[in-house]
Amino acid sequence: MKAAIVVFPGTNRERDMAIALRGVTGQAPAMVWHREAALPAGTDLVVLPGGFSYGDYLRCGAMAAHAPIMVAIREFAARGGHILGVCNGFQILTEAQLLPGALLRNAALRFLSQDCFLRVERNDTPFTRHWAKGDVFRTPMAHGDGNYIASADTIRMLEDTDRVAFRYVAGDGRVDEGDPQLNPNGSMNAIAGVFSENLRICGMMPHPEDLVDPLMGGEDGKPLFTGLVEALVG
Amino acid sequence: MSAKSPRPVDAALAREFGLTAEEYGNVLSIMGRTPTFTELGIFSVMWSEHCSYKSSRAFLKTLPTTAPWVIHGPGENAGVVDICHGLAAIFKMESHNHPSFIEPYQGAATGVGGILRDVFTMGARPVANLNALRFGDPDNPQTRRIVDGVVRGVGGYGNCVGVPTVGGEINFHPAYDGNPLVNAMTVGVARQDRIFLSAAAGVGNPVIYVGSKTGRDGIHGATMSSSEFDEDALAKRPTVQVGDPFVEKLLIEACLELMATDAIVAIQDMGAAGLTSSAVEMAGKGGVGIDLDLDNVPQRERGMTAYEMMLSESQERMLIVLRPDRTEQARAIFDKWELDFAVIGHLTDTGNIVIRHKGEVEADIPLAPLADQAPVYHRPTAPALKPQPMERIIDPVGVEQALIRLIGCPDLASRAWVYNQYDSTVGGQTVRRPGAADAAIIKVEDTQIGLALTTDCTPRYCRANAKLGGAQAVAEAWRNITATGARPLAVTDNLNFGSPEKPEVMGQFVDAIAGMGEACRALDFPVVSGNVSLYNETRAPDGTSQSILPTPAIGGLGVLEDVRTAVGLEMPDGCDVMLLGETKGQLGQSIWLREILGAQDGEPPELDLAAERRNGDFVRGLIQDRTIIACHDVADGGVLVAVTEMVMAGQAGCVLDAPQSGMRPEAFWFGEDQSRYVVAVRDGQALATLAAKAGVPCRRLGRSGGEGLTLPSGSTISKARLLAVHSEFFPRLMDR
Repeated sequence: MKAAIVVFPGTNRERDMAIALRGVTGQAPAMVWHREAALPAGTDLVVLPGGFSYGDYLRCGAMAAHAPIMVAIREFAARGGHILGVCNGFQILTEAQLLPGALLRNAALRFLSQDCFLRVERNDTPFTRHWAKGDVFRTPMAHGDGNYIASADTIRMLEDTDRVAFRYVAGDGRVDEGDPQLNPNGSMNAIAGVFSENLRICGMMPHPEDLVDPLMGGEDGKPLFTGLVEALVG
Repeated sequence: MSAKSPRPVDAALAREFGLTAEEYGNVLSIMGRTPTFTELGIFSVMWSEHCSYKSSRAFLKTLPTTAPWVIHGPGENAGVVDICHGLAAIFKMESHNHPSFIEPYQGAATGVGGILRDVFTMGARPVANLNALRFGDPDNPQTRRIVDGVVRGVGGYGNCVGVPTVGGEINFHPAYDGNPLVNAMTVGVARQDRIFLSAAAGVGNPVIYVGSKTGRDGIHGATMSSSEFDEDALAKRPTVQVGDPFVEKLLIEACLELMATDAIVAIQDMGAAGLTSSAVEMAGKGGVGIDLDLDNVPQRERGMTAYEMMLSESQERMLIVLRPDRTEQARAIFDKWELDFAVIGHLTDTGNIVIRHKGEVEADIPLAPLADQAPVYHRPTAPALKPQPMERIIDPVGVEQALIRLIGCPDLASRAWVYNQYDSTVGGQTVRRPGAADAAIIKVEDTQIGLALTTDCTPRYCRANAKLGGAQAVAEAWRNITATGARPLAVTDNLNFGSPEKPEVMGQFVDAIAGMGEACRALDFPVVSGNVSLYNETRAPDGTSQSILPTPAIGGLGVLEDVRTAVGLEMPDGCDVMLLGETKGQLGQSIWLREILGAQDGEPPELDLAAERRNGDFVRGLIQDRTIIACHDVADGGVLVAVTEMVMAGQAGCVLDAPQSGMRPEAFWFGEDQSRYVVAVRDGQALATLAAKAGVPCRRLGRSGGEGLTLPSGSTISKARLLAVHSEFFPRLMDR
């Protein structure tokens, strides 16, 4: 699998993501600078990692959505390419309208850095195939703006077409949108991640790339990456 | 010489700039004429307490600063130690106390930014941040505003630059009501053959300015930090700088990219006293002169004078001396990162700093006397007031009730509310996050090396006995590193005290340094960098002035050759829980005494440095050979708090035996005797045998397992209850 990580000047989790990808593919992913006009030839997966793309003093990801590299990424998406956006990457994908919805300030108006539990909502996608539907896994989150919001119509559409990828839950899989312990940033329907219509673009707020090594506390995030490799190489 | 002085330069102006009459006399004799307005400004900031260390320098020299593993001790931007495999850890701690009271968010944020620059300017990628914070009484209405702003500021800056914030400490005490302490520490990693220093060299070499533009913020910040606060403190807000972590992130990446080439001769960040101190120190250390043309300085505002540009403390700026033919190579890198890059001068053989602006010479000062004749004071000292002797103790509440009160009190309550606002995992190398072990553990990327990082100080001990308190701060840092299995290497110190012009404060300062020095020598734990913050005083409207508690904060760094051997607080089921080190039941200055009896009496617990070393070396050896499975040092609150923290950190509970100690239960369980560790092992009897051979006191406390904490009385406190009590304080204070 040839992965390309897009690096904006304020991106800060590109090394974490590179370590996670290298761990499953055995090769270092390409790092693509935001001012490039093209993706490396033969790219199978584009990753937009976490950080503060251009400082994010405007809405998070709003400027990045108009970066030069985004032209190539839109073309890649239009050709059915696979894209993973994590944290700031998810924010950028919504700002670029490659995914629906938007991410507001966390409900408590504070940055949140803690572990959370995510429930896998479907497992017939390249991103989730190494989990079972309903599996719950632990993952770190670290963001100030992760409160997922969309119009009522959009939320209904996402639910009706099974495009919710992950939901914030308790350790036993229980959802309670109104409980800040379980839905820490206040997201609508406790949505932590969503898919594009063709299921080839996935955006999520928490950081599975930071939990792929027992030394760092576990490997709960690893199935995302092993699943992608199997789907995109196999 | 420029004649456009906005004010006549005379003794009165010098006094306003913070220079004494004697110091101004020295300026006149060095210059041989009346200085210009800009020159007077330069002298006043370079000779301020903040930049010149004039009250502290003579005493700092007594601290041990060398060891076979020390590569650079004090004198550079940060300390550098060998961590093997050709790598070095570079670290320092620095205060941003005064600005954090005036404007808590920006004060704390720029404190983090400043210390990051001190570390990456030496060629290191920053890998961890820590913060030692002291706030006023939780019941003081100001405290909530300051905690909120400081925590947001630390997080806002550190989270954006992408350096994990992994540790630190927090105390509350009314003595910090008008003067909180924000001590920020950064640790970086560099190749030993790629360490960059600040001494300029090569007459004719270009002097480059990179980073943010210069504005009028922070002018005379260093001078502001060198005097006490009065009721007008909040009017000093314009002296506080404003940070931009995004630019800092760009600056880190651009500087590291440039450092991968051989273009740099010398580099230093523009910290306190901005362009003045960086230019003066770089040229001074290199024994060369420097000519600057301020017309070329990137400016944020129109009409800035030479004085304003030289004294501005605008953030995220660096000064670089390049090899002569590398300017365009360097410019291309800073263009890529969209940062300002300007050639603002060159090195000369005059030995002077010459400042030009709009065709006029605004300053021309000989560098050698500016440095060599900086004032040094041996200020008078007086013994501090001894604490009241401890009265005969009658325990009014019993062990269980006391434990519940202690684990919920401001100094011992869970800090999760704070550290959950700090990104602790970015970088993907965080092996032990905040709260999981006595020191944070960071893996060095692409190696098996681990760094163990901690900050420590017990200000109430320091007030009662500054010498013992100074030694205890060093010993506790050493102990916290040891409790993870790491080998302690070196410390950075951040010495926060009141006004050195008060003899009893100066006495505390001198005593604390003596104690620190003793402990550093006994533990082979030298000081490699540091910072002094004096004049932490608040003047009340009635004219009296209150000093903070003496707070010599110690930032410690240790190394694990194999990070996989590190242990934390979490115990598995079925272990013997053992106490190592001697227990005498000393309750003087303890948290129990303060929280249960409302007293701050007695001498702090004794510290035997030989026992400290013996016990610690024993524990570390047994962690490395995997005999010890979990470990926690015994600190504030004593043994029972330590065991309870281990229970709260993991899944297993603990069943405690009745101690056959011959002492009162509160003394045994809550006494704060030093040099002790609670450890979990598979075979307590075998540990006792080993300990006896090593001369380390050892006793069994109980056995891990069960659902909660079972006290010798037979009463069990559930883990849920412990956690609820422990985690109540911060949300109740802050989220109301």
